[in-house]
Amino acid sequence: MAMMDTNPGGMSVSDEVAIEIRKMNKWFGQFHVLRDIDLKVRRGERIVICGPSGSGKSTLIRCINALEEHQQGTIEVDGVPLSSDIKNIDKIRSEVGMCFQHFNLFPHLSVIDNLTLAPIWVRKTPKREAEETAMYFLEKVKIPDQARKFPGQLSGGQQQRVAIARSLCMKPRIMLFDEPTSALDPEMIKEVLDTMIQLAEEGMTMICVTHEMGFARQVANRVIFMDEGQIVEQNEPEEFFLRPRNERTKLFLSQILGH
Amino acid sequence: MTTMSDPPRAGGFRLGQLINDKRYRAYTFQFLAIVLLVIAFGWLINNAMNNPTLEQIGIDFGFLSQPSGYDIGQQPIPYNSQSTHLRAAVVGALNTLIVAFLACVTATLFGVIAGVLRLSKNWIIGTLMAIYVEMFRNIPVLIWIIIIFTIFANVMPAPSAFRGEDPEAAPLFGMVAFTNRGVYVPRPYFTNGIGAQEAAEVEVDGVATLVAQEVTSSANWLIVIGVLIASLVVARIVSKRANRIQAATGVRPATLWPLLAIWIVPIVATLVALGLKWEIPALAGFNFRGGIVLQNPLLALWFALAIYTGAFIAENVRAGILAISSGQTEAAAALGLRPGRIMRLVVLPQALRVIVPPLISQYLNITKNTSLAIAVGYLDLTGTLGGITLNQTGRALECIMLLMAFYLTFSLIISAVMNVYNSSVRLKER
Amino acid sequence: MSDMHAESVAFVRETALPPAVPPIAERGAVRWMRINLFSGWINTVMTLIGAFIVFWLLSGLIPWIVNGTWEGDSIRDCREILQDSGGGCFAVLRERWPQLLFGFQYPEELRWRPSLAFALLFVAVPPVLFYKLPRWMLVITAVFPFLAYWLIWGGTAISPIFAALGLVAGYLVFVRVEKRGLVAGLLAALVAVVAVWWLGGALADEFSRSLRIEAVPSRQMGGFMLNLILGVVCVSLSVPIGILLAMGRQSRLPVVKGFSIVFIEFVRGVPLITLLFVANVVLAYFLPPSTNFDLILRVIIMITMFSSAYIAEVIRGGLAALPKGQYEAADSLGLDYAQSMRLIILPQALKISIPGIVNVAVGLFKDTTLVSVISMFDLVGMIRGPILSSTAWLGVYWELWAAACVLFFTVCYGISQYSQWLERQLRTDHR
Repeated sequence: MAMMDTNPGGMSVSDEVAIEIRKMNKWFGQFHVLRDIDLKVRRGERIVICGPSGSGKSTLIRCINALEEHQQGTIEVDGVPLSSDIKNIDKIRSEVGMCFQHFNLFPHLSVIDNLTLAPIWVRKTPKREAEETAMYFLEKVKIPDQARKFPGQLSGGQQQRVAIARSLCMKPRIMLFDEPTSALDPEMIKEVLDTMIQLAEEGMTMICVTHEMGFARQVANRVIFMDEGQIVEQNEPEEFFLRPRNERTKLFLSQILGH
Repeated sequence: MTTMSDPPRAGGFRLGQLINDKRYRAYTFQFLAIVLLVIAFGWLINNAMNNPTLEQIGIDFGFLSQPSGYDIGQQPIPYNSQSTHLRAAVVGALNTLIVAFLACVTATLFGVIAGVLRLSKNWIIGTLMAIYVEMFRNIPVLIWIIIIFTIFANVMPAPSAFRGEDPEAAPLFGMVAFTNRGVYVPRPYFTNGIGAQEAAEVEVDGVATLVAQEVTSSANWLIVIGVLIASLVVARIVSKRANRIQAATGVRPATLWPLLAIWIVPIVATLVALGLKWEIPALAGFNFRGGIVLQNPLLALWFALAIYTGAFIAENVRAGILAISSGQTEAAAALGLRPGRIMRLVVLPQALRVIVPPLISQYLNITKNTSLAIAVGYLDLTGTLGGITLNQTGRALECIMLLMAFYLTFSLIISAVMNVYNSSVRLKER
Repeated sequence: MSDMHAESVAFVRETALPPAVPPIAERGAVRWMRINLFSGWINTVMTLIGAFIVFWLLSGLIPWIVNGTWEGDSIRDCREILQDSGGGCFAVLRERWPQLLFGFQYPEELRWRPSLAFALLFVAVPPVLFYKLPRWMLVITAVFPFLAYWLIWGGTAISPIFAALGLVAGYLVFVRVEKRGLVAGLLAALVAVVAVWWLGGALADEFSRSLRIEAVPSRQMGGFMLNLILGVVCVSLSVPIGILLAMGRQSRLPVVKGFSIVFIEFVRGVPLITLLFVANVVLAYFLPPSTNFDLILRVIIMITMFSSAYIAEVIRGGLAALPKGQYEAADSLGLDYAQSMRLIILPQALKISIPGIVNVAVGLFKDTTLVSVISMFDLVGMIRGPILSSTAWLGVYWELWAAACVLFFTVCYGISQYSQWLERQLRTDHR
């Protein structure tokens, strides 16, 4: 059953569009980081983005969350267009959760306070209710006993799981992951990936920037390869890994899978 | 040779162990250190005991009870030239504390504003603030004190400019007069309350009018302070209640208006009940009379220390904010928090840990730099005890010992407070 | 199910997109102005306020400088020349410049000597500041203090030469004897130094006429030169003392540690001015009645005490910042305390402390102006005293203080820029 569930085809993908990006361009000064990005993500889809460093993959998902401003084209999240309107940005950010490479937990707050901060101040949840939700998600990421500790007292893997739980406490409909495992020691990568797989099984719409190809094979419906700010190739994981078509994709795959 | 397997037998102590054995070596060196210290201090004290001048006058603090014979411009407590040297020293110490307090508050204000503005995306403002910081950090504070004093003394009009039918200068709002001697501000006083007197009949423009008499008892000011403390308590209760309601329902009740009312209504009512009146400074002869005068030495020292130290605080503030990685702000933004909330809930609590310790040492610097008051003739402790009293009595050793003891006590108290703060906010790490 | 999305799934880009130029609003000056000056109404208001402040400052400053006059011998001359043009009376600077630099007592015909010493400073200091310069240049640095002393104070060259020789002899003896133990080495070195100095003293008395240039007594030093002398001397003396104090504060021996803590906290707790008062009126009590330390020397003693406490705290920070592994590694190699400090710990701790030490040096240099309070005629003392109270230049404040600001700013800003450069350098070195 578990095997069935982790099969990309086995998880339900609806026709509802979660994210739609059309002809999006972005520049850092004179540098053209994102070029004519077109991407449509359906609800329940799990997308893995890979590519060499500097190819714009992190910038792309940061644009979805309005952490970066784009200069041309449109981004719509759940039908809400991303513009300079603060109301829309608020709405999108409360729909979209995000996990960072360096966790970015708040070091001055205990784990439970990290988790309840946004629900209390953004969602106006009563404190007790927020704490109950927080404990529910901490149990889900399997560290309920660390609730009263401070981030500095946890291992990297635990910190990243707290960060995932923190995003989940806002009950997001879409999760973005920006290289969530690349700052972790090998033995901790698995515990974080397990959490992410569990999330995928529950039908969360996810976009992951990651080089964990095993994870991509197991969970993704689609793998996107980016280079020089553009989407070079995208396909189902099996096809993508077995029969890459673009030369640059082949080169990249041979480099990361080669050893 | 002593080896590890060959423990020294009891009574087998050899002289060589004093240098070669770890256990005795420490004692040897400490003994040497003590001997050196004793010799050094013995030499100094011996010199002092054989000093002809010191031998003659001895060490005697009796001069403190003798009349001082000099005047002090800025007097926070009653003082005249018949008062003792001790009282002069106390006035000086109070003057030190007053200007230090004023300068600390103002410098913090300048520093926070400049530090935040220097980080602003606005190029002109950012550059201006950078120029401000570099200008003040790289030029001695003594020069700034003198320059600012010179500006006050030369740019402000003389009191005579306020005279005549068509004066060159007029007091601001008819109440505050900026002159080259100082700033004259209205003085508040009470006509009602404890120790109130009957209104007296005074002739004004040939007509007898009832004029309320000033209450001399300072107990009324205690009432005012009491009311303010009560407001503080109530305000805290209201905030606590807001926190409780937010925890229970999730919605924080609006506290801005209730808090404003709690602060303003009681104090206004009290002041009206006490019959608050203002004594407006008025030109009489060649100078202003009445009101409170903030003399230029005080103002110049205050302003110079504030703007000079503000430049340093600005750098601390900037460093504190920059020390918070952009990841913190991004993570908070990704959770949907608005910029104001991000500042209050995420950035400030972390930045304060970085900012407060250097901030407190800047406060210490301000307190120590107030001793430069002597350059503009503001009589702080250094000016009274270490200046005029020392010169008049010739009791250099005693005066300077007292002077140092005062500054040292103050510094140590502040350092102790800082250590408590530091250990209370330290981040918990593995 | 995945068939349904076939059209959105399989995609291969055949031709790569070339980078395009950003849209006009995102380019060049327009973009720069939009982001830096006019992004939102708050920013626009700030820009306008800032522009107004700049205009206001410049509208006062530019006429003052441009219309200013360098001609005339008194403020009355200036007023005649300037009429009401709002220009500055810079004539005072032309006339009093040597006084601002050297004080009003330093013999006029000898001013080239401190100037030369000052010029040599620029050769002597870089080997310390820029550690990429060849090491042999440190010899210049080592010779400089004695040469500069001779140039500024004059007198016979025998004393500074033997002072230097004494230190050299002490060092050579120390290197020879050190193998028998640190204490023995230090004692032998001490004996050597004292012997050479004694010899030098005797020779200087005997041949006080030879190698002689005209002597200038300390009380004739003044102006910006005095600030520089105090700053350079006190900082260089206080670095070694600061190192000792910092090590003392870290020591495991309670007596040494206690003394260091009391000394450091005491000095840091009182204002410099009280220490200068001590130098002025109290210190003489504690020195042998027969000796006659002049004021400048007493001031140097007190300022050195003052800055060594601050430098000690900086170095303590450097020592604490070293990873504990460095201490353990040194111990495990069998080095004793002195060796591990000298070879392993101090070189690293000092390197990371240099920016902090430079900051202390800048602060100290600014604080040398405080000597004007105990009636020494440094730059500030010169302006406040002889120049502003002279009948010719009564009331020429702004020009004189502006000159003082420019002098101090140039030196201090230069040094602090160096310190920032060094910090960046250290950061990249550690990567």
